[in-house]
Amino acid sequence: MIRFVSYGVGAIFTLALLVGAFTPREAPEPDPIKAIERAPKQVTFAHEGIFGLYDRAQLQRGFQVYKEVCAACHGLELVAFRTMEDLGYNEDEIKAIAAAYEVPAIDEKTGEDSTRPAIPSDTFPSPYANDVAASAANGGKIPPDLSLIVKARPGHEAYIYSVLTGYEEAPEGFEVPEGGEFNPYFPGAVIGMPKPLSDDQVTYEDGTPATVDQMSKDVTAFLAWAGEPKMENRKRMGMGVIAFLSVLLVLSIISYKKIWADVKGPKPHDS
Amino acid sequence: MSFHWAKPYEPKNAVSKWVDERLPLPRLIVESLGTYEAPKNLNYWWNFGSLAGLFLVVQLVTGIVLAMHYAAHETVAFASVERIMRDVNFGWLIRYMHANGASFFFIVVYIHIFRGLYYGSYKAPRELIWMLGVVIFLLMMATAFLGYVLPWGQMSFWGAQVITGLFTALPIVGEPIQTLLLGAPFVGNPALNKFFSLHYLLPFVIAGVVILHVWALHIPGSNNPLGIDVKGPQDTVPFHPYYTIKDLVGVVVALLVFSAFVFFMPNMLGHPDNYIPANPLATPAHIVPEWYFWPFYAILRAFTIDFLGIQAKLWGVLAMFAAILLLLFLPWLDSSRVRSARFRPTYKWLFWFLVADVLILGYCGQAPAEEPYVRISQFASAYYFIHFLILVPLVARIETPKPLPRSIADPVLPSEAVAQPAE
Repeated sequence: MIRFVSYGVGAIFTLALLVGAFTPREAPEPDPIKAIERAPKQVTFAHEGIFGLYDRAQLQRGFQVYKEVCAACHGLELVAFRTMEDLGYNEDEIKAIAAAYEVPAIDEKTGEDSTRPAIPSDTFPSPYANDVAASAANGGKIPPDLSLIVKARPGHEAYIYSVLTGYEEAPEGFEVPEGGEFNPYFPGAVIGMPKPLSDDQVTYEDGTPATVDQMSKDVTAFLAWAGEPKMENRKRMGMGVIAFLSVLLVLSIISYKKIWADVKGPKPHDS
Repeated sequence: MSFHWAKPYEPKNAVSKWVDERLPLPRLIVESLGTYEAPKNLNYWWNFGSLAGLFLVVQLVTGIVLAMHYAAHETVAFASVERIMRDVNFGWLIRYMHANGASFFFIVVYIHIFRGLYYGSYKAPRELIWMLGVVIFLLMMATAFLGYVLPWGQMSFWGAQVITGLFTALPIVGEPIQTLLLGAPFVGNPALNKFFSLHYLLPFVIAGVVILHVWALHIPGSNNPLGIDVKGPQDTVPFHPYYTIKDLVGVVVALLVFSAFVFFMPNMLGHPDNYIPANPLATPAHIVPEWYFWPFYAILRAFTIDFLGIQAKLWGVLAMFAAILLLLFLPWLDSSRVRSARFRPTYKWLFWFLVADVLILGYCGQAPAEEPYVRISQFASAYYFIHFLILVPLVARIETPKPLPRSIADPVLPSEAVAQPAE
C-alpha cells in the first residue's frame, strides 16, 4: 500500500518539476554592467595567512589616513579609542586622539544637549548627528560606518583596496549618472563616494611616500584591524590549540591500537 | 540492556550499593557507556554519532555563555554581538565556536544520516531510532534558523523574512500563521524576542530527543558495516574501553578541523552581509541561507510553474517539507531485508547517485535564481524524489542481494564455508 502512495507522490512531484523544466522561458538578458564590473585586484597584507600579524607601523599610517580623509564622512562607531593601544599608541597619545573628537553630551548645569571632547572609553563618533543628516549631506546615500567594512564585503581587504584605487575614466558610451563616479570594482560600477585619495594627500610621519596605492593599502589594513581587533590573540591561541590537539591525537591513536590489540577476529579498520 | 552477556553493573562498596538501591543512576551510566556491548566491526563512519553529541554540547555551552552577554532587542542586538567580539573576555572565541559549531553540528549529522542510508541503519528493528533522528534533524534546522536571526544582520533579517514568508504560500491560513510566528505582521522586535526565547528552548528539546534516540539504540544495539545481526559474545566488545578510545580519536580529529576554522578562518562559512546591521529598507542582492540549508533551498526554488491548480510557491514549500518528512517513511519504503549496501549491488549505486544529487542541489541552492541553475535544480530535485519515492521501493523488490556472511566474528560466506570441508 505505502509503495503505491509513494510512487504516486513521487510521480506528482517529478511531473510538476519536469513540466517546469521543459516549459520554455525567456533567455536571460545579459546584464551589460556585469561585463564592466571587475573582480578585486590582487593585493597582499602582512596580517594574512596563518602566521600573519598586523604591521603596527602600517596600522598607524592607515589610522592617519582614516583620521585625515575618511573620518570626514565615515564613522567607526564600534571602535573604542582605548583599543588603539593595539596600534602601539600609549595612554597619553590615546587621550589626545580621543580629545580631537566631539561627542554628544548633556550640559551638567543646564541639562541641555551639548558636546564634550571624547575620552578613551568613547568610540569614534559618526561625523553626522543622525542618519537623516548623513543622507541629506550625501545626495540621499548614508556613508557606511567603517567598523566592520572589511568583513562585511565579499572580497574583504582586496575589495576595499580595489575600490579606493579603482577610480578611472568611464569607458566610451557609459553614462555616469549625476552625483556618481565610475569605479568598476564597485557593484554596479557607479559609486557615490567621490575619489577620496590623491597622491600626497597626507604626510606620513615615518616618511613613507603617500601614494594613492600606499594610502589605500594602509587604510585597508587599519580597517581590517578595526573589524577584527582580536585576530592576533585568535591566531596565537589557535597555534597552541592545534599543537595540543596534535599531541593528543598521537597519544589517542597509540592508546587505540594498544587497547584493540587483544581483540580477536576482524578489526574495525579491516571492514 | 541489549545483550545478555553484557556485564551488569556491580556496586563496589557500601555507598554505591546504597545509592544503587535508591537511584540507579551510576548503573544507568555504566551500563549505557561502559559495559554496553557493541559490534566489534564498527568502522570510522560510526564515530559521527558521538561527534554529533560533542557538537550539541559545544553549542549548548557556548550558547549559554553567549546568552549572558547578548541583548535581544532590535536596537542593540547587533551592537551587543560586536561587544561580545570586542570587549567580553574570550567573547570572540565563544562566538566563533558557536557560529562554526552550528556548521560542524550539521556536517557531522549529515555524515551520520548518510552512514545510516548506506548501511541500512533505518531498517527493522531500528525504525524508531531513525525516526527520532529525523525529528532531531528537524529541530536542528529550526534552531539553526532561529539562531541565525539573532545577530540581527542583513541576512538575519532577510532570512527571517523569506523563511516565515514561506507560510504565506498556504491559502487562507498562510498570513495568520506568518503573523503568529513573527508576533507582528512584519519582521521586527517581537520576532527577535520570540526567536531568542525559542532558540534557547529548542536545544534542550533536542537533548531530550537525543536521550530517546540513544535509549532506542540500546535496545537492539548498533547496526554494523555488514548489516547482519549480532549472533553472540564473539561478535561484540564492551563499549568501554574499545569504543570510548575509538570515539576519542574521532573527537580529537574533529576538534582539529573545528579549530582550523574557529582560529584561522572563522568567517569562511558565514555570509559577509551579516556584518551589516539589519536594514528593512535595503534588500541584499542575493538572499542565501546558511550552507546546510542549500539543498532544501534549491528544492524550494525549483518549482517555477503553477501545476494542477496549485501555485508554484506552494509546490516549493510542500516539496521542501516533503523532502525531509519522507525520511520518516523510509523504513517502510525500503522493503529489502538486507541492510548494508555492501551486499546490495544496485542500491549501492543509487546511494552514490543520491550523494551526488544532494551535492548538486547544494550548489544550486547557493547560486542566484537564474539559468542554468534553476533548470539544473529542477532535474536534481526531481531525482531526489525519484530516488526515495520510486527507485528505493522498486529496487528493494527487484534487486538480488549478494550472499550475506555468516556472522561478524566469522565473516566467511556460507558457500565458502560449505566448500571447505570438501577439500
